[in-house]
Amino acid sequence: MKYLGIDPQKVRVGVFDFTGCEGCELQLANKEDSLLDFLSLLEVVNFREVSSDRGDDYDVALIEGNISRADEIDRLKDIRAKAKVLVAIGSCACFGGVNQQKNRFELDDVVKEVYGDHKVETDKVKRIADVVKVDLEIPGCPVSKEEVERIVVNVVLGAEIKIPKYPVCVECKQKVNTCVVDLGQICLGPVTRAGCDAVCPSGKVGCLGCRGPAEDANFESLKQILMDKGHSDSAIVERLRFYGAFNGTVG
Amino acid sequence: MIHKVITKNEFKKFVDGLIEENQTFGPKQVDKRADGSGIYQFKEVNSYDDMDLDYTVTYSSVKNFFLPFREELSSFDFSDKGWDQTVEYRVNPRVIIGVRPCDINALNILDKILIGGAYPSPYYMARRTNTFLVGMDHEPLDDCFCESLGHDTVHRGFNLFCTDIGDKYYLTISSSKAFGFLKNVKVADPVNGDSVKFHERRKYLRDSFKTKVEVAGLPSVLDIEFKSPVWKKWGDKCLNCGTCAMVCPTCYCYGIEETIDVNLKSSRKERVQYSCNLVDFAEVAGGHNFRPLKEDRLKYRFYHHYRGFAQNADDPICVGCNRCGRACLARINPKDVISDLQMED
Ligand code: SF4
Ligand code: SF4
Ligand code: SF4
Ligand code: SF4
Ligand code: SF4
Repeated sequence: MKYLGIDPQKVRVGVFDFTGCEGCELQLANKEDSLLDFLSLLEVVNFREVSSDRGDDYDVALIEGNISRADEIDRLKDIRAKAKVLVAIGSCACFGGVNQQKNRFELDDVVKEVYGDHKVETDKVKRIADVVKVDLEIPGCPVSKEEVERIVVNVVLGAEIKIPKYPVCVECKQKVNTCVVDLGQICLGPVTRAGCDAVCPSGKVGCLGCRGPAEDANFESLKQILMDKGHSDSAIVERLRFYGAFNGTVG
Repeated sequence: MIHKVITKNEFKKFVDGLIEENQTFGPKQVDKRADGSGIYQFKEVNSYDDMDLDYTVTYSSVKNFFLPFREELSSFDFSDKGWDQTVEYRVNPRVIIGVRPCDINALNILDKILIGGAYPSPYYMARRTNTFLVGMDHEPLDDCFCESLGHDTVHRGFNLFCTDIGDKYYLTISSSKAFGFLKNVKVADPVNGDSVKFHERRKYLRDSFKTKVEVAGLPSVLDIEFKSPVWKKWGDKCLNCGTCAMVCPTCYCYGIEETIDVNLKSSRKERVQYSCNLVDFAEVAGGHNFRPLKEDRLKYRFYHHYRGFAQNADDPICVGCNRCGRACLARINPKDVISDLQMED
């Protein structure tokens, strides 16, 4: 494929899954009408969902999922050593995601609750950035394919990569949605990074914060607003803990 | 300007006629707040009864019918050798019914900036000229303060304006198009009693404003209070969510986004509505941010609205609808911020 008469540099990628639901990987293989164009920008050397090749000579490693077993640490370090650029994709990789909720309980209790007496090896959940250096984070549960496409196009063409710094409310207002806070709900839209086109509030569900904190987000103010509206401190904290993206602010 | 009167029954016929012939938008209740009050927005309507014409005020303004939140400015095609550019700003004629005086005044302010400026926007002009506007007066909400800014009545910028005088509307007709449309229904010249009622209604509405904002001398108050602690007080509450600017009928800031399609054969240049409250509004190449603090960003929004920028001849651009104040979850509103500033010495 040529761009303005020039053959763009394809990106040699490997996609690797750790502890997660593989939903983000599935997203990469989604959006069929542009999937062939998307894949033609890439040289996929390792991606279980689209090809049986298992190469090691990738430049960019896309990492899905979080780290919750000792063997995953070694595997991740090995990938880091081979990749020029390492990208964490999805809320699990970026923030720990839904699974990090178990970090607040005793591991033995968690295992017992889920698996009964069956023995499983599992550790406290770590983000990818807790283990290796991460060059770029693409948040979202799951990631937005549109956003991934934009980023890949810009990488291929050498253009700047932009992820919104402002919160979800901007996109929500631009869709002329009713604010679900006015409907009595908790919404993390005012402190969460935009880029999802405000899908949850557009469906009348308060934002759960899957894209992580917006820049210079005002947690204190949002907390005060929600408490003034009668929401309990624990309900707000629980919401902030959902994806682990706000753990720095709620402890 | 021509004045006529029309009975409400006949007006309904007139509106149904408009709706039948044109794509029409009108106020509709879209939701109810937890406290039971209605939330209204301008939506496409299919009949007179589809509208909630006795609405109070819409949550979002009509601005986005003229300055869409996202608008394609041009598209590019480079699938062959070289490239083609397409610029398209044709819009189908459409009708908006029930627009409030302050909102029409807001459009008049946008006209000055976007048509009267050095680089008139063909996109805005196309939308503005092809929209038939039917204005309508209303009893102010407790927190409306357009009267303080002189925007509670409107004299131009609409096709037709309806003042409610009981069982009839007193019509102010300010375009030949409106005059032509009205030929299909029964209208009458106002008799003395109608004009008396018209003036009484005007006076009644003007006297109904409960919220007053002292704006005389505000530009110099703002200049003097540039370093006031009031900005930090309110800035600490601000979520930098841009909601105020999105719902505001006069905020017009935008960013330009260029997207190359994933097939590498086409691309788009889009205008996207932005806000000075957003964290990277004043960020420049290299990453320096001229307004890194919440209070600075909030302050500049107030400066633009009440002190004015050179771009709009140093005139304030706020029309006093208080949409920003109503929509702001942090309860930041012009009345409280301005009275705080005026209390500073
Ligand atoms: S619903 Fe949520 S995201 Fe939308 S405007 Fe309200 S707080 Fe913001
Ligand atoms: S609205 Fe919030 S929870 Fe929903 S997709 Fe967007 S960022 Fe994630
Ligand atoms: S003033 Fe209110 S609506 Fe505006 S950005 Fe701040 S918090 Fe959002
Ligand atoms: S107040 Fe801010 S967002 Fe609104 S028009 Fe002025 S600079 Fe733009
Ligand atoms: S600043 Fe607020 S009160 Fe003034 S025009 Fe905008 S939304 Fe209305």
